[in-house]
Amino acid sequence: MPLSEDTPLNYHFMKVGVPSEVSPGELRVAATPKTVKRLQKQGFEVYIQQNAGVKANYSDKEFEEAGAKIVPSAADIYGKMDIVLKVKEPTTEEVGTMREGLVLLSYLWPAQNQELLQKLAEQKVNAVAMDSIPRISRAQKMDVLSSMANIAGYRAVIEGSFHFGRFLNGQITAAGKVEPAKVLVIGAGVAGLASIGAANSLGAIVRAFDTRKEVAEQIASMGASFLTVEINEDGATASGYSKEMSKEFIEAEMKLFLEQAKEVDIVITTAQIPGRPAPKLWLDYHVEAMKPGSVIVDLAASSGGNCALTKNGEVYTTPNGVTIVGKLNQLPTQASQLYGNNLCHLLDDMGKAEKFKIDMEDAVVSRAMVTYNGKINWPPAPLQVSPTAGGGAKKVVAPTAEETAKADAEAAKKKATTTLISLAVIGALLLLVGKYAPSEFIQHFTVFVLAIFVGWQVISNVSHSLHTPLMAVTNAISGIIVTGGLLQTKNDPGNIMTILATVAILVASINIVGGFVVTHRMLKMFKK
Amino acid sequence: MFIAKEIQTAAYLFASILFILSLSGLSSQESAKRGVLYGIVGMIVAIFATVMGKGVEGQVFIIAAIAVASVIGILVARKVEMTAMPQLVAILHSFVGLAAVLVGIGSYLDPATQALTGAEHTIHLVEVFVGIFIGAITFTGSIVAWGKLDGKIPSKPWSFAGLQIMNLILVVASVVLGVLFCKAEGTSGLLYLGIMTAIASFVGVVLVMAIGGGDMPVVVSMLNSYSGWAAAAAGFMLSNDLLIVTGALVGSSGAILSMHMCHAMNRSFFSVIFASASLGPKGEKKAIEGEVTALNHEEVANLLKEAKSVVIVPGYGMAVAKAQYPIHELVQTLRSAGKNVRFAIHPVAGRLPGHMNVLLAEANVPYDIVLEMDEINDDMPDTDVVMVIGANDVVNPSAQDDPASSIYGMPVIEAWKAEKCIIMKRSMSAGYSGEDNPLFYKPNSEMLYGDAKASVEKILSFLK
Repeated sequence: MPLSEDTPLNYHFMKVGVPSEVSPGELRVAATPKTVKRLQKQGFEVYIQQNAGVKANYSDKEFEEAGAKIVPSAADIYGKMDIVLKVKEPTTEEVGTMREGLVLLSYLWPAQNQELLQKLAEQKVNAVAMDSIPRISRAQKMDVLSSMANIAGYRAVIEGSFHFGRFLNGQITAAGKVEPAKVLVIGAGVAGLASIGAANSLGAIVRAFDTRKEVAEQIASMGASFLTVEINEDGATASGYSKEMSKEFIEAEMKLFLEQAKEVDIVITTAQIPGRPAPKLWLDYHVEAMKPGSVIVDLAASSGGNCALTKNGEVYTTPNGVTIVGKLNQLPTQASQLYGNNLCHLLDDMGKAEKFKIDMEDAVVSRAMVTYNGKINWPPAPLQVSPTAGGGAKKVVAPTAEETAKADAEAAKKKATTTLISLAVIGALLLLVGKYAPSEFIQHFTVFVLAIFVGWQVISNVSHSLHTPLMAVTNAISGIIVTGGLLQTKNDPGNIMTILATVAILVASINIVGGFVVTHRMLKMFKK
Repeated sequence: MFIAKEIQTAAYLFASILFILSLSGLSSQESAKRGVLYGIVGMIVAIFATVMGKGVEGQVFIIAAIAVASVIGILVARKVEMTAMPQLVAILHSFVGLAAVLVGIGSYLDPATQALTGAEHTIHLVEVFVGIFIGAITFTGSIVAWGKLDGKIPSKPWSFAGLQIMNLILVVASVVLGVLFCKAEGTSGLLYLGIMTAIASFVGVVLVMAIGGGDMPVVVSMLNSYSGWAAAAAGFMLSNDLLIVTGALVGSSGAILSMHMCHAMNRSFFSVIFASASLGPKGEKKAIEGEVTALNHEEVANLLKEAKSVVIVPGYGMAVAKAQYPIHELVQTLRSAGKNVRFAIHPVAGRLPGHMNVLLAEANVPYDIVLEMDEINDDMPDTDVVMVIGANDVVNPSAQDDPASSIYGMPVIEAWKAEKCIIMKRSMSAGYSGEDNPLFYKPNSEMLYGDAKASVEKILSFLK
C-alpha cells in the first residue's frame, strides 16, 4: 500500500471503493488510475473491484500500479468501505448489500427513482446524487451533467457524421464541388454547445435553436447562427433550464423546424427537462420532410427522446431514408476520467480524507445529498443559477443566491430590531437632555451630533492607501484646539491663564504646522 | 480693529466647510493635495477670525507662540523620516491632548465662567471635567504610544491580572471626583480637578502599555479619535461651534479608522483596546509539519529571472530596514524585463494605517501596482514568486486553518498559494502576535535570511 511513510500515524484511513457497473450498457467506471492517484493524495485508501475498469479500457494492473487494491467482489466494496464511487444508479440488490453509514457518490436521478431513494434511506446510506449537484459557479468542477454532456455533444456529431456518410465541409475538387453539410442543433446547453463546436470545426454550416434568448451569444461564440421565432417569449428560468413554452410559441417553433427539416442534413437534439420526459420537438412530419440520407441524433433518447420516432438504444433508418440514432457510444475511457475527476473535486470540497465531513449547511452538498441519516432529502429548495428575468447578455451567476438572500433577510431583520432599540434609547436620552439642559447647550449639541455624522460619511470614502495622510491631516485639524488658547490669553503675562493659554497655543500650533507640512510631504510622493 | 460676532460665526462656518472638504478630498490620490490646501486655508481663516474677535487679549503672546511653534513644526516635519511617521503622528496627538488639558484648566479659572449660575454652571463644569479627562488620557497615552513605536519602551504588551478592574475603579473614582468638583464653590474644585487629571494620565499610560506592537495601528487611530473628542469637549466649554464641529469630525474619523483596522484583524474594538486578546488560545495548536529550507541571494535572483508574475508582500520589517528604495529598483528591473510585478498590502501591515503605502510612495513606486489584500488574493495561485519582505502575521496560514491560533479568522494574504514563496527575514522569530508561522515550513517556501535592504541589494546585483 503506497500510502507513504510520511503519512502521520494517528491517521484514520478512510476507504474509498469502486465497484464494477452491473448494467451491461454502462461502460464507464467511477475511477481511473489517474483519479486513484488523486484520491490517495487526498488521503484515501482506494479499493477497486476486480475488472471494474475493463469496459472503459482500464486494467486491474494499471489500477494496482496506481496504488489501488483489487478486491474480488462487490460485497467487499459495499460492505466494508466508507465511501463508494459509482456511475449508474445502484440496483435494489446492490443497495441491499450496502452497510449503514456508507457514503455513496453516484448518478441517482432522484426525481425518477423515488423507490430507490426510499430503499437507500432505509439502508441508512448517505447518498449523493451526482446528477443533482446544483449548477452554480462553485460547483462547476463537480458537475457531472456538464462533463458528460460535453462528451455526448461531441460524440453526437461524430456519430451523426458517420451515419451521414458525406463530407461535412464544403470542397471544390477536380471531381466537382461538394456542398457543406448543414447541421441543426436543438437546445444549446453544454451538450448542444459542444455539438456546435465539433460540427463547426468539421466544416459544417451549423444552426442552433434554443428557447432561451440569453444563449444566443454563446451559440454565436461557438460558430453557429442562432435560429429564433418571431414571438417574444423567453424560456429561461431561474434553475438554468428552459420552461415549457406557450402554445403560440410552440406552433411557431414547429413551423420553423419544418422549414429547417427540408434543408438540414444532420439534426442533433439535446433538449431535456430534469425529472420529466424529454419534450417532443421533432415530430413525425418533420422526419417525413427530411431528405433521404439525413441523420437525427437524439441525445435525449434515454428520457423518451426529442424526436417522436426515436427508439431508445437503437439506430435505425425510417422508410424515407432518415437514420435516427437513439444510442451513443459513451467514450467510456474519456468519460470515466472526467467523471472520476468530478468525484475527486466533490471529495475535495467535502474535506478530503482528513477532515471528511457531510456539511448539510453547504449549498452543494445539502442539495446533492438525497438521503441522509435515514431520511430522504429530496427535492431540495430551488437554487437560482441563471441570469434572471430580462435575460439580457449580462451574465450574472449568483452562487448560493438563495442562502445569501435568506441570511441577508435575517441579518436585516436583526439589524432593524437593534436599530429600533438604539433609536429608542437615543431618543429617550435626547429627551432627558432637552428637559434639563439650557438651550445654548442644545444648540451646541445639535451641531456636535450632526458633525459626527458628516465625519462618518466623509471618512468612509477615504482610500485605504491614504490612511496615514488622513491621520496626519485630521491630526493637524484637531490642532483647532488652538482657538481655545487664543480666547483665553490675557494682556497680563503674570496671569496664570495667560501662561496656560500660551503653552496651549504653542503645542497646538506645532501640531497644526507639523501636521500639514508632513501631509504635504507625503502626498507629494504619491505618483501614478 | 475687531470683527463683529456675526462675521466671526460666518468665518467659522466657512472654516468648518473647508475642513469637511479637506477630509473628503483625501478619498483619492488625485484630490488629496487639494484636500490639504483646504485644510490649511480653513485653519488660517479660523485662527484669524478668532484673533480678530472681540475681547481677545495678549496678541503679543499669541503671535510669539505661533511663530515659535511654526518653526518647530516645520523643522520636525521636514526632518522626520517616512519610516518614523507613526511616531510623529503619535507625539502630535499628545500635543492636542496637552492643549486640551491646559485649555480646560484655563476655562475653569476664567472669571467669566465663574459668573455662570445654575444648570449652565454645572454643565460647564461637567464639560471642563470631561474635556480634561479625555485630554489627559490622550496626552499620556500618545506619549507611551510614541515611546513604543520609537523603540524607547518595549513594544511587548505590559499587563497584569485585574488591570481592567483597576481601570474600572479609577474611572468610578473619577466620576466621584467629578461630582465633588461640580459641587465645589469658586475655584476650590481645582484640587479634585488635579487628582482627576493625575488619574486620567495614569489610565492613559496603562491603557497603551497593555497593547502590543502589532495592534499599534488601532491605538494610533484611536488616540487620533480621542484628540478629536478632546477638541470637541473644549468647544463645549468655550461655547465654540467651530471647535465642536472640527472635534467631532476628527473624532468620528479616528473612530472609523480604528474600526477598519480591527475589522482587518478580525478582532473586536474592545478586545484590542482592553488587551483581552492575550487570553490563551482555545484548544491545542496544530503541530507544524515540514522543514524550513533556505536559499541564497543568487538562487532567489534566478527564481525571479524565470518568474513571469511576482507579488511582493511588505511588512514592518521593510520599514525597519528602510528597504523600500532598493525594492523599488528591483521592481523597476523586473518590470522592464516584462514581468508583472505587484505589491500586496495587508490592511494592518506596518504600525500605522496605510503605513506601507506611504513608504512605497516615498520610494516612487507607482500606486496603481500597489494592491490591497482582497484585490490580489485571487491572483495568488497564478503567481510564480511571492516575496514576503519583513511581514509575518499577515501571511500566516494558521489564520485560516488552525482554530487554536490566536489570529484564527483574521484575513491574510495567501502567499502560500503561489508557485514559490520567498520569505526575507532576519531570523526565525515569531511576529507580533507571537504565533509561529507554518508558512515557513511549507514545501514551496524558502527563507532568505538577513537584513531586508542588504538582501534586496544583493539580489539586484545578481539580476543586473
